[in-house]
Amino acid sequence: MILKIKHFVAIITIEIFSACQNQPQSLSEIKAKQLPISDSISDNAAIEAFVRPYRKRIDAVLDSTLAFASKPISKEDGYYNSTAGNLMADIVLQQASPIFKQRTGKEIDFVLLNHGGIRSVISEGPVSARTAYEVMPFENSIAVVELSGQSILALIDYLIASKRAHPVSGIQVVLNKNDELHSLKIGGKAFDINQHYWVATSDYLTNGGDSMVFFKDALNITTVDYLIRNALIDYFKRVDTLAPIIDDRFYKIE
Amino acid sequence: MVRHPSRIKRTPYTLQHMERRKFLKNVSASTALVGLGGFSLQSCALKAKKKITILHTNDVHSHIDAFPKDHSQFPGLGGLAKRASLVDWIRKENTNTLLFDAGDIFQGTPYFNFYGGELEFKLMSMLKYDAATIGNHDFDNGINGLYAQLPHATFELINANYDFSNTVLDGHIKPYKTYLVDDIKVGVYGVGIELEGLVTKALYKETGYLNPYEIAIDTEKTLKHTEQCDIIVCLSHLGYQYQNIRRPYDLELASKTKYTDLIIGGHTHTFLDTPTIVKNGASRNVLVNQVGCFGVNLGRIDFYFDNQKNLAASGVSIKV
Repeated sequence: MILKIKHFVAIITIEIFSACQNQPQSLSEIKAKQLPISDSISDNAAIEAFVRPYRKRIDAVLDSTLAFASKPISKEDGYYNSTAGNLMADIVLQQASPIFKQRTGKEIDFVLLNHGGIRSVISEGPVSARTAYEVMPFENSIAVVELSGQSILALIDYLIASKRAHPVSGIQVVLNKNDELHSLKIGGKAFDINQHYWVATSDYLTNGGDSMVFFKDALNITTVDYLIRNALIDYFKRVDTLAPIIDDRFYKIE
Repeated sequence: MVRHPSRIKRTPYTLQHMERRKFLKNVSASTALVGLGGFSLQSCALKAKKKITILHTNDVHSHIDAFPKDHSQFPGLGGLAKRASLVDWIRKENTNTLLFDAGDIFQGTPYFNFYGGELEFKLMSMLKYDAATIGNHDFDNGINGLYAQLPHATFELINANYDFSNTVLDGHIKPYKTYLVDDIKVGVYGVGIELEGLVTKALYKETGYLNPYEIAIDTEKTLKHTEQCDIIVCLSHLGYQYQNIRRPYDLELASKTKYTDLIIGGHTHTFLDTPTIVKNGASRNVLVNQVGCFGVNLGRIDFYFDNQKNLAASGVSIKV
């Protein structure tokens, strides 16, 4: 009798087990939601400990003071040129010229960057490498473009039409009261439409960024392999004080 | 968009609670029927309903640390250490969990500028990511820069529509990967955005670009018919939607494919209130999701499987 019950249980078990195996599974329901990673979630200690030395090293490098800003430096403080724009364009001219000269034997005539490429104000006080990352977070390099005199006029038309203080250096653009070009000087000399000019800019712009279409007509493009951010950091290391001013490089005769 | 944290904590308790109630009901029924044999019935009943959880991120852009509490857009949000806690906790609740990323792992904080993506890959490996696809910014240190970081990744990088055969990545990027989770086969493939015009050629070098729609349709067929997958997931870095119809995007991809159940998207940094339900090429409802950017959210999709006799006649129900 005991044996029979055991048999019965074994048979039932096998049957049920095989029935269970044979039942095909099909997708019946999908539930979806989004979980915020909010600050109420505690840190995973192992991950936090792993990141700490990396963070410490970055903070040490980025937060050591390289220079001082004597006043806030912003791209919004002037209509045709701004303190931040002038600082950035001047830095690119100063930092890239010796490298370009060494490589090609040529001089950079002037610099044009884009207003949108300045991503942060520089606050009054200590300036660090972190400041450079805030101002220029992108991995854009300096490119030097050879443009014909005709292309330079297209560039000027762009500057006039954009109504933004795009950073320039080494050039003087004066508009009459009808917003037309009154005078144009490059490197202190009057513009010559028959001459070619070497313009330092960002490789973002030579690749079509900000609709600077005149760069499409470049006769030649030399990549300097120098990140704009690294040019800023190198300049910050070289000087004690940043005190850019709004000047007469681009203005309108009222 | 932002759910209150206390709600996330309560949800799994409710689910577990429901499962347990069902389990107890099954146990008492089987015990009454066959006595000692009830033990095997019990395990059968337990297996009747399976749950596969898919977690996902996109466009984290090297945001390893949480945003500061005074941040104007994402105060106190994000951070790998917090994401790790949440993922751990979900895995404890359901061991049948997969974790994916839809690309643009790199670029956005000094962690990338200093360490070239090493830390991002190492941390994703610590979080036990299963796979990620490649975003345009993952080429920011060049294809060689990406290649150099591969030894730090224990997860798979997958993409089906880039042709790497003339690059250093040749043989290192799989078009798709399958996972057997609780006897459910999950197939995952990747598609990426056209690099020309978006990434400097010197960075992506000879990487070829193939039409993502065509490749997706081919790959999902392989996953369905050859690999016999039960769930098919696409990791896409195409972008959620564009006005310019010549640029491929996720919503259109969903409407063209027939076997893909879920598209996990990226690139457009799209924050959705709920995942989007799209009718696919076989008139079946499928999901397109994206969770913004910078690691401030984690997407969670639970797939439930049941014995066919328990299925509703109306087909798969999607709750978002």
